[in-house]
Amino acid sequence: MHDQRFHKRSIFLAAYIIFALLPIYWMVNMSFKTNEEILSSFSLWPQHFTWGNYLTIFTDPSWYSGYINSLIYVAINTVISVSVALPAAYAFSRYRFLGDKHIFFWLLTNRMTPPAVFLLPFFQLYTTLGLMDTHIAVAMAHLLFNVPLAVWILEGFMSGIPREIDETAYIDGYSFPRFFVMIFLPLIKAGVGVAAFFCFMFSWVELLLARTLTSVNAKPIVATMTRTVSASGMDWATLAAAGVLTIVPGAIVIWFVRHYIAKGFAMGRV
Amino acid sequence: MNPTEKPVNQKAWWLVLPVLLCVAFSAILPLMTVVNYSVQDIISPERRVFVGTEWFAAVMRDEELHGALWRQLQFSLAVLAVEIPLGIALALSMPAQGWKSSAVLVLVALSLLIPWNVVGTIWQIYGRADIGLLGHTLQALGFDYSYTGDPVHAWFTVLIMDVWHWTPLVALLAFAGLRSIPDAYYQAARIDGASKFAVFRYIQLPKMREVLMIAVLLRFMDSFMIYTEPFVLTGGGPGTATTFLSQYLTQKAVGQFDLGPAAAFSLIYFLIILLLCFVLYNWMQSLGTAHKEHAHA
Repeated sequence: MHDQRFHKRSIFLAAYIIFALLPIYWMVNMSFKTNEEILSSFSLWPQHFTWGNYLTIFTDPSWYSGYINSLIYVAINTVISVSVALPAAYAFSRYRFLGDKHIFFWLLTNRMTPPAVFLLPFFQLYTTLGLMDTHIAVAMAHLLFNVPLAVWILEGFMSGIPREIDETAYIDGYSFPRFFVMIFLPLIKAGVGVAAFFCFMFSWVELLLARTLTSVNAKPIVATMTRTVSASGMDWATLAAAGVLTIVPGAIVIWFVRHYIAKGFAMGRV
Repeated sequence: MNPTEKPVNQKAWWLVLPVLLCVAFSAILPLMTVVNYSVQDIISPERRVFVGTEWFAAVMRDEELHGALWRQLQFSLAVLAVEIPLGIALALSMPAQGWKSSAVLVLVALSLLIPWNVVGTIWQIYGRADIGLLGHTLQALGFDYSYTGDPVHAWFTVLIMDVWHWTPLVALLAFAGLRSIPDAYYQAARIDGASKFAVFRYIQLPKMREVLMIAVLLRFMDSFMIYTEPFVLTGGGPGTATTFLSQYLTQKAVGQFDLGPAAAFSLIYFLIILLLCFVLYNWMQSLGTAHKEHAHA
């Protein structure tokens, strides 16, 4: 009976993974075809295999600069989010203070706010500050949802560390910054990994704000893709190749944090 | 002093200050601007007239908005109804240890890391009858499928796309909840001769309560602000079949540049989200408490 149960589960899991991977496979498949082949014949794998679409992207600055721009603002955003969230999460997990619960809930409401609500004011604000079309503008705008998330995740991890550790360290004469960096950070490095992972993810995938706040110099790849579709008709092959390349950084990141995710999820409460 | 209580320390405010400054800059300031716009008629940057609640009244009467709100509610409820059970089932069938566990985790989580517009692109290609596997297969089976022509097909395509995209989040959260259950619980259940269902109902489900609450909240909030995927896949159409709230608001704000009504609508949208999340959060909290009392009785 146990065996049969096991089989049912494996079949279900396999079915889901096929459902999850088929659309991705289809895009990968198309990225190795030429436009003529895509439109003229229907095949499960490329009949005339070509790297041409990738070559187009790597040699055309209007394509590859999109990836660089995206990586720049995502990196800025992740670093700022995690570094401001660390002390705040420590405060929430260790102390009570005036208005703590309200601030925590208020932070979460920012995570809930649809970016579309802030579209207009962001546009006005960054125009006034002269920050339009800069990486900083997008990175700052994405703080809106990433900082609350990072605080939330890190607070969960920190609450899993017994407070006796802090107290012992203070008795041993550690100052707060020294204790935090030397003792506490190594203990929650899985949490920092998971928080950074989610900040990276949500900033990398966001389109609406990134597209509105940029035009040329900081134009992210996600915007390049939508604009190319409307401009040059249906260049399916290059679009598919660009799509495949946007998955790559995420796949690399998730590979590095995979142990943290399994362990981290178990400990924290992302 | 109760040792489990956190000590009161007002200096902790200094630690929270950087976060407050960041969020004040990126949330409070913009929100003030929205409030400001929502009560004025901005004819040109120099000429503004205070109009009070006029925009709000206009937005409340807007039939198109009612339609978008109704579609949004149906969509978000459908998302929860499919993704939460599917995510739990997925978490229950994921291997718990070893390299298989890591491999499955990575495969399952992959769709979460795809930029949202690429998710739209993937399904745009996948669903087309001429060049897509899904569309082609359905056509070959004699099913006249077209997500660009038929409103019902478009709606279901967006739903399946969202299920494909976001069920992994529910699964990962549920999986985390399951991993936190000590083995002793399962051993005790085995000694008692508990059925698989009983183990699920009385051990696994209660232990997953907290993470599932987060999953429901996150999925609800995020599906309520869905924009990019339908924007790329269907552009809100055919007709208004997949025009959800964010899409509608963006059309108003950036497309038509109706600052006043768009701002008023933004505020109403924001308040709807807050209210719904507050209700949902409290409901799930009370459900948890009721369950605990039931267990004690």
